[in-house]
Amino acid sequence: MSIDIGDKVMIVMENVYKKYDSGVVASNGLSVSINPGEFVYVVGPSGAGKSTFIKMIYCEERPTTGKVSVDGVDVNTLKKKEIPYLRRKIGVVFQDFKLLPRLTVYENVAFALEVIEEMPSVIKKRVTDVLKLVGLSAKAKMFPNELSGGEQQRVAIARAIVNDPSVLIADEPTGNLDPDTSWEIMDILERINRQGTTIVMATHNKEVVNTNRHRVIAIEDGVITRDEYEGEYGYES
Amino acid sequence: MKARTFGRHVRESLKSLKRNGWMTFASVSAVTVTLLLVGVFFMIMMNLSGLADSIENNVEIKVTLEPATSEENIVALKEQIEEMKQVDSLEHSTKEEELDRLIGVLGKGMGLYKSSNPLGDAFYVKVKDPQQIAKVAQTLKEYDYVEDSVYGEGTVEKLFNVLTTSRNIGAVLIVGLLVTAMFLISNTIRLTINSRGSEIEIMKLVGATNSFVRIPFVLEGVWLGLIGSIIPVIGLSIGYTRFYNTFSPRLENEIMQLLAPSPFLFQINFLVILIGVGIGVWGSFVSVRKFLNV
Repeated sequence: MSIDIGDKVMIVMENVYKKYDSGVVASNGLSVSINPGEFVYVVGPSGAGKSTFIKMIYCEERPTTGKVSVDGVDVNTLKKKEIPYLRRKIGVVFQDFKLLPRLTVYENVAFALEVIEEMPSVIKKRVTDVLKLVGLSAKAKMFPNELSGGEQQRVAIARAIVNDPSVLIADEPTGNLDPDTSWEIMDILERINRQGTTIVMATHNKEVVNTNRHRVIAIEDGVITRDEYEGEYGYES
Repeated sequence: MKARTFGRHVRESLKSLKRNGWMTFASVSAVTVTLLLVGVFFMIMMNLSGLADSIENNVEIKVTLEPATSEENIVALKEQIEEMKQVDSLEHSTKEEELDRLIGVLGKGMGLYKSSNPLGDAFYVKVKDPQQIAKVAQTLKEYDYVEDSVYGEGTVEKLFNVLTTSRNIGAVLIVGLLVTAMFLISNTIRLTINSRGSEIEIMKLVGATNSFVRIPFVLEGVWLGLIGSIIPVIGLSIGYTRFYNTFSPRLENEIMQLLAPSPFLFQINFLVILIGVGIGVWGSFVSVRKFLNV
């Protein structure tokens, strides 16, 4: 596969090989390039290497060999100290939301800006805007345990996009949600994507993949077995 | 760092102290006990060291000259000794003064010798480095006209040995105590970190720098050290002042002198606080470092 390396590419992986200390090989010569503004599903059986793929994008894991670059940043030569600055360009959403229970909805979202030492006036404006985008303005003062699962995931998405990242990574964002709620989340992700944010979403949700058609990358045994635009889920769910 | 951010760190660290009340109590107690003991040890050691110094400065070599030594030879010898680089000062005592001294010690009966004084002149020599005293005394003994050169062999060495040993034992004990307190503090901080694990994880995901994550914990260590040094500082100050006021008058004419509370207590208290904060910061650094490397 030839890879176009230039300003236009958001995420590039080239011959990425990742072996964990345990001996597990999670990526076995994986190459892919994702353009800005794309919406990409990453599918595949459990343990096939989806999570490692995702983690290498936000630098939670680094490749053993091979090249990874995100938004023009070469992850291979990135110093440990510089990782936080890469993370500021990437929003991450998880299956289990990862909200702080003792903070309100507003505070949870603002937290992402506080830790990067943003000005209070900027924080206020951005948090208000982003809560409006995910439709939670009315619940800003509530605590996570007072919200439904879908609402909690919307808070997590709000937190992920509040500093206007170039890429939004979602690791099974609908994994814990019922079908109706999953569609709400998908609507929000689609809206964020339409605003220009690149979205990479690992998922097991056949319905979603087959209905909202986007590029599908299938990973099995650490290699890409399929890469199709407007693709199908392709597995029995 | 911005002042606003620092304010946030201070609030976070104080909140965490409160939230982990029992562990805070445990490590503050550990610091308190450690600092009290360390403080007492330091006081003893510094006083011993003061004693050692004053003993060392009072040790001198008595060089007795042959009674028949002529006046010129005495002067020449005196100059020769004074020029030695190890020698600090020399006091010349004539044979008459020596006899008076002897009469003072042994009684009026010795007055009989006044008509024909059998003694020679004597030099009282102080050396710059008391550890060199044996060598200097030996050298002086070999000089012409010198009858004998003595400095209280044996006693002085023994005293030096005792002082050195007690200093070493004290140092080992202090190090042991410091390690224990550090271990307790780092455990406390580790627990507070575990209870805030998800918070740290999120901080790192949204791009907080390591120092941003670390500072609240380091501050927590500072508070633990500072709070832990309150009782030792007060206790040591009151205790030593009382001790000094009681015992110092009785030691007025002895070689052993207690160090005056000022500035000694300021030094000790400063040291105690510094050590408290030091082990607090170190303890938290040790425990946060592991966590941040993930």
